[in-house]
Amino acid sequence: MGILEVKGVGKRFGGLQALADVNLSVAENTVHAIIGPNGAGKSTLLNCFVGKLIPDTGSVMFNGQSVLGRKPFEINQMGISRVFQTPEIFGELTVMENIMIPCFAHRDGSFRLHPFETVAHEAEIIEMAEKMLIDVNMIDKRGMHTASMSRGDKRRLEMAMCLVQEPKLLLLDEPTAGMARADTNNTIDLLKQIKDQRDITMAIIEHDMHVVFSLAERITVLAQGTPLVEDTPDNIKGHPKVKEAYLGESA
Amino acid sequence: MLGLDNKDLRFLLIVLALTLAAPIILNPFAENSALAQFNAGYPDLMQRIAIFSIFAVGFNILFGLTGYLSFGHAAFLGVGSYAAMWMFKLLTMNIIPAIILSVIISGVFALCIGYISLRRSGIYFSILTLAFAQMSFNMAYSVLTPLTNGETGLQLALDDPRVLDAANTSGSLPDTSLFGLAMNSTAKVELLGRAFQFNAGYYVCGMLSVFMFYVALKIFRSPFGMMLRAVKSNQQRMNYTGLNARPYTLAAFVISGMYAGLAGGLLAAMDPLAGADRMQWTASGEVVLMTILGGAGTLLGPVLGAGFIKYFENIFSKINDSVLHSWFHALPDGLENFLIDVSHFFVGKSWHLTLGLLFMLVVIFLPGGLVEGGTRIWHWIRGDRRKAKRADPEYHPVHIAHVAEKEEF
Repeated sequence: MGILEVKGVGKRFGGLQALADVNLSVAENTVHAIIGPNGAGKSTLLNCFVGKLIPDTGSVMFNGQSVLGRKPFEINQMGISRVFQTPEIFGELTVMENIMIPCFAHRDGSFRLHPFETVAHEAEIIEMAEKMLIDVNMIDKRGMHTASMSRGDKRRLEMAMCLVQEPKLLLLDEPTAGMARADTNNTIDLLKQIKDQRDITMAIIEHDMHVVFSLAERITVLAQGTPLVEDTPDNIKGHPKVKEAYLGESA
Repeated sequence: MLGLDNKDLRFLLIVLALTLAAPIILNPFAENSALAQFNAGYPDLMQRIAIFSIFAVGFNILFGLTGYLSFGHAAFLGVGSYAAMWMFKLLTMNIIPAIILSVIISGVFALCIGYISLRRSGIYFSILTLAFAQMSFNMAYSVLTPLTNGETGLQLALDDPRVLDAANTSGSLPDTSLFGLAMNSTAKVELLGRAFQFNAGYYVCGMLSVFMFYVALKIFRSPFGMMLRAVKSNQQRMNYTGLNARPYTLAAFVISGMYAGLAGGLLAAMDPLAGADRMQWTASGEVVLMTILGGAGTLLGPVLGAGFIKYFENIFSKINDSVLHSWFHALPDGLENFLIDVSHFFVGKSWHLTLGLLFMLVVIFLPGGLVEGGTRIWHWIRGDRRKAKRADPEYHPVHIAHVAEKEEF
């Protein structure tokens, strides 16, 4: 029984069957990659996990509870954090504030009216945030406004924001899309470090095979909305069906 | 002290000192000098500046922090005034119950309007709030006449019950008071040819506005304030960080509605009269203007904006033909008439043109409002011109360009 159990999920947009009968099980404390050619339905599937989309059929269970029909913030409070394809951070706030916000969300829940406390007096939150910044090697940037940071730094910050909530499952949507090689390698190192240091399950959607094969322990190949194969990286590499999906039948 | 760090405490004390000394500071010109009409140190104007500061500071909690632009805040101002008037009519001329009721009623009203309006964001939210305010305005004019006394406005009458007050035998309308201290009582001090007026009503408004400023300061520095800025910055990230943006914005909306209600209650407490035009959309627009002119998202900006606009409204509008004649009478006739004709466009009844031009200049050259202007001048004086923008280790909220303002090329 995996931490995330997807059964018979289907989603149709008008005439397009984006997902059809997707079954998937992500085992606890593994890195599970979902790959596939463009338009295979990877992002649609991910959006079904986080409450952005509700599938037409099937069920998505996280830790034994259904996530369907819940709002994104409720699903996050259940223990699923998400990293976006383009880093979504609080652009006008500083690095430290960006980290403190998820700390508050982790401690106080989805809403708490605390207009007469002072941020500067929240020693526990500040300590939590600083520790996280040290972990991701960004402590020297704590007072910086995030709008002026590099893409790689934004990505690193976004991951730190997710991790500081101690999620059980981290979803990554093409974490290295549009990154320079050096930034990509840094991200891989960061993810490896995260995996080694924490009890965390990761599900990654990724185009870059270098990233996939350096991280994943399990790979699901998705094509035209259906899982083609699910196996270990070594077995996926030479799999004929995978080649066919990526390169077309004639190849 | 007061849960503030030293810098903020010093800031608050300066605001307090300026408020206390306003009757002196705003009266720099001798009584019979030519410049005497530029004196702003008379009770009516100072009361208005203090009251509209409260209004704008509250509005800024919503607009400056969350970025939600409400175009209907005057509705809460009006509701506050009506609530206060009913307290004066039914209960007592003491302003305390009136103010408490106006804050409560406008808070409940803001909760209802905010709950519906906040289902949408951006321009749709603005339109919804505008629609609600116009509905309130029209209803106050027509069907709600038993409550609002329609066009005439709600006024005091000799036969009002006022159950807590002693029977009125004087035959004239009673004054609003704070435990017997009449709001219109003024101590006049003649000094150095200047007449300083220390008015009880002004000090009530002034002290309340300093207190409300302190509350706003606390909110700005609180985790709650941080969440409100997060709402403005990136709602998507907020949702996926496990935070429910709705109740945060609703709370900000209600708080700013209560600020507006307090301002409305104080307006009635200073001058016991409440009319529907207080709720009109121009009044809602005025508070937007004040906030943007002073600097949205800054603490002091709305106060400056309110002071600026109210000063203009009261001083520039008073410069009429005879005043202009007295200024230019030394000049040859032709030139005198020409100058007066030109000035006509900018003063007296046309003061709105001057305000409009100033507003344009500020928005174009100082998008951060008067506060940004002040900061730039400060850095310019100290000689470090490059520091004018991003040196803010305390990360006080700064003005961020809205989407429409961002340059595309």
